[in-house]
Amino acid sequence: MHISFLSAITDYLRGDGAVILPEVQLTLFGLGILLIDFTLGAKERYLNAGLAFVGTLFSAYTVWKLRLPVATNGSRYGFHDSVIVDPFFLFFAGLFLAATALVILLSVKFLEIEQEQEGEYYALLLFACVGMMFMASGSDLIVMFLGLETMALSFYVLTGFLRRDKRSNEASLKYVLLGAFSSGILAYGFSFLYGLSASTNIGLIGSALGQLRQLAHVVAVSHLSGAQGEPMRQMLQRDLPIAQNFDPVLLQLLPILAFVLVAVGLFFKVAAVPFHQWAPDVYEGAPTPITTYVSVASKTASFALLLRLFLNVFTVSRMEWIYLVAGIAVASLTWGNLAAITQTNVKRLLAYSSISHVGYILLGVVGAFSVEGPGLNQAGAKGIAFYLLAYVFMTTGAFAVIIVLRQKGLIGEELEDLNGLYQRSPAAAVLLLIFMLSLAGIPPTAGFMGKYFIFLSLIETHHPVLVLIAALYIVPALYYYFRIIVHAWLKQPGEAPRPVMSSAQAVALGVAVFVTLAAGLYPEPFTRLAEYAQLAQYALGR
Amino acid sequence: MDFFANHILSVVLFTPLVGAILLLFIPREAEMAHKIAGNIFGVLGFLVSIPLVRWWKPGPDPFSFQENVAWIPTIGARYHLGIDGISLLLVMLTTFLGMIAILSSWSAIHQRTKEYYILLLLLQTGMIGVFVSLDFFLFYVFWEVMLVPMYFLIGVWGSDRRLYAAIKFFLYTLAGSVVMLLGILALYFYAPVEPGATRTFDVPTLLKGAQTFSDPLKVWLFWAFFFAFAIKVPMFPFHTWLPDAHTEAPTAGSVILAGVLLKMGTYGFIRFSLPLLPADGPMRSRIIQVVIVLSLIGIVYGALVCLMQKDMKRLIAYSSVSHLGFCTLGIFALTPNGLAGSVLQQINHGISTGALFLIVGVLYERRHTRLISEFGGLATPMPNFAAVYLIISLSSLGMPLLNGFIGEFTILQGAFQVSKAWAAWGTLGVILGAAYLLWLYQRVMFGPVTQPANEHLPDLNLREMATLIPLIFLAFWIGIYPKPFFALIDKPVESIVRQVNPNFYQMERAKLPPAEVPAAMAETK
Repeated sequence: MHISFLSAITDYLRGDGAVILPEVQLTLFGLGILLIDFTLGAKERYLNAGLAFVGTLFSAYTVWKLRLPVATNGSRYGFHDSVIVDPFFLFFAGLFLAATALVILLSVKFLEIEQEQEGEYYALLLFACVGMMFMASGSDLIVMFLGLETMALSFYVLTGFLRRDKRSNEASLKYVLLGAFSSGILAYGFSFLYGLSASTNIGLIGSALGQLRQLAHVVAVSHLSGAQGEPMRQMLQRDLPIAQNFDPVLLQLLPILAFVLVAVGLFFKVAAVPFHQWAPDVYEGAPTPITTYVSVASKTASFALLLRLFLNVFTVSRMEWIYLVAGIAVASLTWGNLAAITQTNVKRLLAYSSISHVGYILLGVVGAFSVEGPGLNQAGAKGIAFYLLAYVFMTTGAFAVIIVLRQKGLIGEELEDLNGLYQRSPAAAVLLLIFMLSLAGIPPTAGFMGKYFIFLSLIETHHPVLVLIAALYIVPALYYYFRIIVHAWLKQPGEAPRPVMSSAQAVALGVAVFVTLAAGLYPEPFTRLAEYAQLAQYALGR
Repeated sequence: MDFFANHILSVVLFTPLVGAILLLFIPREAEMAHKIAGNIFGVLGFLVSIPLVRWWKPGPDPFSFQENVAWIPTIGARYHLGIDGISLLLVMLTTFLGMIAILSSWSAIHQRTKEYYILLLLLQTGMIGVFVSLDFFLFYVFWEVMLVPMYFLIGVWGSDRRLYAAIKFFLYTLAGSVVMLLGILALYFYAPVEPGATRTFDVPTLLKGAQTFSDPLKVWLFWAFFFAFAIKVPMFPFHTWLPDAHTEAPTAGSVILAGVLLKMGTYGFIRFSLPLLPADGPMRSRIIQVVIVLSLIGIVYGALVCLMQKDMKRLIAYSSVSHLGFCTLGIFALTPNGLAGSVLQQINHGISTGALFLIVGVLYERRHTRLISEFGGLATPMPNFAAVYLIISLSSLGMPLLNGFIGEFTILQGAFQVSKAWAAWGTLGVILGAAYLLWLYQRVMFGPVTQPANEHLPDLNLREMATLIPLIFLAFWIGIYPKPFFALIDKPVESIVRQVNPNFYQMERAKLPPAEVPAAMAETK
């Protein structure tokens, strides 16, 4: 029996629809939650979480299946080359879905204690994930920007989800204002890119900027007086008379200006110094599962966007901006590490520590891009991917322990609240130790392997000073991570109750600790996964 | 049995780890069960290491008992174990002292016994791993992993300032090791690779590759490794973590710290730093000068500081600075005698200082103080203790017929061959060593019993005897008949000196009249 409506859908799903199928599934599940939420009683609201979790599984399955056609036929494009499915996307989509699933598992009990078990929460988590996936799959400025905003808007709401909590409200407002500001800067940068290339496709923009660079060189030479500039003047006269009037300084300056604006917008999103001020407040005020999500997924997604843009659009001018990025990285390392030392709130402490992790990843960007184009330094490319992977699981794990501590009558966010955790819950204390060691970069954990690749790439590309700074900052980092450990292991417990772990939390913690340890003890499959992301070979072919 | 023979190093390495894992399953309240299990695995760890000596048959390959399997193929890291004579001695020292340290904790530790024994056993695996790894990546993993149990041993079971001492220990060592990590990565990157092959972390391969490096690169690499090892040893002026850590750690922790941990630094110098020395010339002599001067300062300064200490444990801690100064002096004299003496002295220091810490532990368990002024005239209530303590003091200060003498004498001999001044300063350290150790003994043991609390202190019990007598036995053995020990290390020492300081053998031969050239030297071309 032929039903035209159905066949239209299947045709669509075989064509353009296939490249956005994972996102479509997540959206449908999100909408489904919004509908079903009405029918559930107050006691049954947790079923929303189950639905959301199943949604991430479905989407993950689709992502997993997409790997085969990508492997055999190469990257798939859709919607007039504005969305692309390639190993880069599949790698990042996997990370986002893993993070989302973990956050869902961690949220159920937390929301119950906060008495905010609402369906919208889970729907927004899924919508945020959709946004992130478009940030990784977009190859068009518009799609990328829409993805970014979808994610950011969901986060603004989620940050303020504890309506009765002043800190949550304050965090949300701060996030909205600074987030809108940074999106504005980013959009302004995008407008420059469009103006310079008359296209929103990043592949086209990249080649246009490459031509522009040559043109700027030609014009600059043609402005030299006398015989030196004469051949170029004649060439311009013959081929492109209009360019005779161009200002050579402006021609060189505009792409740099575009880069600076785009980079500043993205540095805001990843919370790199000096654009990090929102991070500690948002981290502290947001519900802890959302803190996890902001810290882990939004950062990873912003890095995916950043890499996509840097690789395709700004790759020709890499030697000009590499030191800017290096400066930002060192500033993030310095400020993140030093400010974390004096924090007494664990969430705030982890906020500053995550700023220092951004510094390490940006150093990976420096290492990766410090070779003569168009490719990347292998170790650096692997390092970024591995570091992000490790970061997702170890940070989620660290926050998960804090979430487990949240009990009725105990917030569990202050260092003091951790006192004697070892006596109260040995398992939580051991897990916390593993995550802290991994965050600090002590082998054999995932965090060490991430740092290993990044350090190696910096040595390979001859950045001895940068790598020395990066390595030595492990020492203060260990100091503040071990402040947490001192409280959890070496202080006597006070009146605090024994934390009780729900089974969902236990599963999330188990997954996080498994990846953190496995990627340190037997990193082989994970390095292969990082290689699969193919950052090094990646550039849009069409 | 075949499996055991082929994987003997893995067995030695992981026996303590298996013990730690098994201990996890004993309930927290069963204190006696923890003690028994901990001791069983301590003894077992030593027993499985005995075949290493029994089966020791050095072949043409400098490393025996090798195991080599792929671990992380994409980066070229392998699970590669192997030992030569030097590491064999250090492994035996580790398993032996580990067993004694575990036994010594029987009555000293009453809280969190389960975790205590788990951590001691984990530490044991980490330390053995450092000595048997022949892959830089694996080596670094063990080097770092070991810090964590030590941190907790000091931090949980230490005395008053334990938190400060524990984190200081961790941060100091970490600062050195991250710089070493960069050195390892640079070595890995710059070592020549055949086209198409993946790079490797294999220690012998990389150190051989390093011979092709330019001198400035070697100098950089040398310093990168130097900081890690110098902090670990510790050399003056990187020693400030040591008095705190040794003093605050529980007895077993101090024994392990002084006995084994410090040797990881000197082992690193011998195994990794010496091959990275630049070729003979001004660069090398400047490095040697710096290191030797720091060693000599360490010897004399450590000894002088010992004279001023009020706390017995702190005194012994500073004496380690002085004694380890001898070890580095011997290593960087670059002569066979210096190097062999240094290796032997490392073993001696593990035996003597380990025993001294046990002695302090005995007193601390009885009186809960380590202040010298609290004691006096202990020879009257504790005669057996007095005898044991005297032998150990004499062994530590270098009395002939005991182990310390052999080590220090050989080192000074090796240093003398290079420079008379070095030997002179070193001898000053020996004299001061006698001064502080004998003065300490006099203040604690002789004279009338000054404190009423000391009048009826019980003498050594059987268990304490059992920890100390084996050490005394070894001290006499090395002191009277050190040949089997030198026989183990002669070959690796010779090959190191031949590689690092090839001029030495030529010069030695030139000094002798042709007829008297010994056969071994005549072979060298």
